[in-house]
Amino acid sequence: MIRITFLMFLIGLLATPNAKAASSDYPLADAEVDLSDKAALYRGAQTFMGNCASCHSANMMRFSRIGEDLGLTDDQLAVLLPTQSHKPGDVIETNMPADYAKETFGIVPPDLTLTARVNGADWLYTYLVSFYEDPETLWGVNNAVFPLVSMPHVFAAQQGLKQPVYETTGEGEDARKKLVDLEPPARPGTMTEEAFEQKMKDLTAYMVYMSEPAALKRHQYGPYVLAFLFIFTLVMYLLKREYWRDIKH
Amino acid sequence: MIKGLGKWVDDRLPVSHFWNAHLAKYYVPYNFNFWYYFGSLLIVVFVLQIVTGIWLTMSYKPSAENAFASVEYIMRDVEWGWLLRYMHSTGATFFFIAVYLHIFRGMMYGSYKKPRELIWIFGVSILLVLMAEAFMGYLLPWGQMSYWGAQVIISLFSSVPVVGPDLALWIRGDYVISDATLNRFFALHVIALPLVLLFLIGGHVMALHEVGSNNPDGVEIKEHKDSSGKPVDGIPFHPYYTVKDLFGLGVFMFIFAVVLFYWPDGGGLVLEHPNFTPADPLKTPEHIAPVWYFAPHYAILRAVPDKFLGVLAMTVAILILFVLPWIDRNRIRSIRYRSTAFKVNLFAFAGAFIGLGYLGTQPPTALGTLSSQILSAVYFGFFIALFFISRRERTKPVPERLQ
Repeated sequence: MIRITFLMFLIGLLATPNAKAASSDYPLADAEVDLSDKAALYRGAQTFMGNCASCHSANMMRFSRIGEDLGLTDDQLAVLLPTQSHKPGDVIETNMPADYAKETFGIVPPDLTLTARVNGADWLYTYLVSFYEDPETLWGVNNAVFPLVSMPHVFAAQQGLKQPVYETTGEGEDARKKLVDLEPPARPGTMTEEAFEQKMKDLTAYMVYMSEPAALKRHQYGPYVLAFLFIFTLVMYLLKREYWRDIKH
Repeated sequence: MIKGLGKWVDDRLPVSHFWNAHLAKYYVPYNFNFWYYFGSLLIVVFVLQIVTGIWLTMSYKPSAENAFASVEYIMRDVEWGWLLRYMHSTGATFFFIAVYLHIFRGMMYGSYKKPRELIWIFGVSILLVLMAEAFMGYLLPWGQMSYWGAQVIISLFSSVPVVGPDLALWIRGDYVISDATLNRFFALHVIALPLVLLFLIGGHVMALHEVGSNNPDGVEIKEHKDSSGKPVDGIPFHPYYTVKDLFGLGVFMFIFAVVLFYWPDGGGLVLEHPNFTPADPLKTPEHIAPVWYFAPHYAILRAVPDKFLGVLAMTVAILILFVLPWIDRNRIRSIRYRSTAFKVNLFAFAGAFIGLGYLGTQPPTALGTLSSQILSAVYFGFFIALFFISRRERTKPVPERLQ
């Protein structure tokens, strides 16, 4: 009975679900993040610098750290630097003035350093691939997991504009249309769907890495620490057994 | 030469006396089981929190403007900073896991009963101070949950009649959680409360070593001594329990390391995801969840419709533990020899605590509130039922010596 209680306690601990920041019941797709795929992280970093960093900062991430962690050569790192006057020790800042951003988008685009850690990789990936056409908004697009998002669809040319499928619930004044699915764009983008999704997976993987560069170190040292502790515990067990031979009861 | 030096010190400081009194000639029952590992583990976790805490303060900036960024600075730019930070955050969670299991052990084997009431009172005091310590430490990363969690909890004080609003203002040092609050919480978290904890832990262990450890049979080993005055069923703590506890420590550290290296967020339990957003006094999160170790008490708070009565219920839920030695009127200590009614009551209590812990992390719903009310009733009902059950209980015969 005692053991059962203890198990219940453990299960209770593990069963507590993690709350997600953004609320929407649109199903999340699997981002399939693999932090050991350095090439994917590098492709994601290039996408980030080329498309996100013009409006968003990531002001806790240094270029040099990216170079170190991904094993980049100086030339490979130089590709990521926005201009020649940037140094590897700089953090990712945006050139867009805050008041201009506020005027254009209604908000200052948030810093993206920790976004993947706040919302989770799957949410982020689903967000990136789930923009759809909605003429009622400022930019003519909306997002399935982030309704009424202030951001335009940056990758509209590559992905095309997905078409929403609505379902109407309620009658008369209570009538609400609810997004239930997204259909392929009327006019296809410059990239195939697979190629675009791969690009967004790489971007997501990079942003997961950026939100916690220490994850690479954790995975690097983890096996050695666990191996040491396993041997330590084994030796202590044998030592305990040896000492306790004297205790006869 | 070394022996000479040892004697020189020993003549001036009771080193060998201390060694013998608390380790080499401190006799403890030989039948400790799984539940008896947590005492020594808690000392290790306490030391871990102190040491990692010292190193964290070397790089942390206790100001509203810099706190959040300084934590990320520790995570990214400080050598091994990520390891120190994760050890400290994972340590907080494991501290509470060990504390709750340690308390449950005491309740199962009646370790709070005569002559160990003071040990228990020291222990409940440690729990209280530990909760304050954890609460204040949680504000320091200055994330959204740090900020709004503290806002919710401190605003509870304002529900106290008459002095409430002034009390909350006095605690915050401002009308909202602000730089002033962060600074004082830092001071209390880093200096004041750890010192109080150290003092209380000292008292807890001293009181324990004065009367000796209880055991899973709840039998006094001091009542059967051999001709040389040693308890027949006792063995010296060192080396027997030092090696045994080192083995337990190995298992504990292994689990600790698995979480630290592969699951440092603990699925949002060890580090809550919204807390990676900097504190924003103008933006209330849609769901403010306490850290898991406060969730049971938070669920009790929310179960009561009236705010002040809720605060009262939450406070009583902890303070009532102080009088447990007098609520339980049965002289038999161990659950092994007590009635089925007692067992059902105790496990219902543990189940209610876990259930409340789950409900406390969830957004409020009608069903959730109802469940919280039922489980709160079970929580408090435990103490009432125990008072009556323990009066006349169908118990089993207690053996003279350890089984």
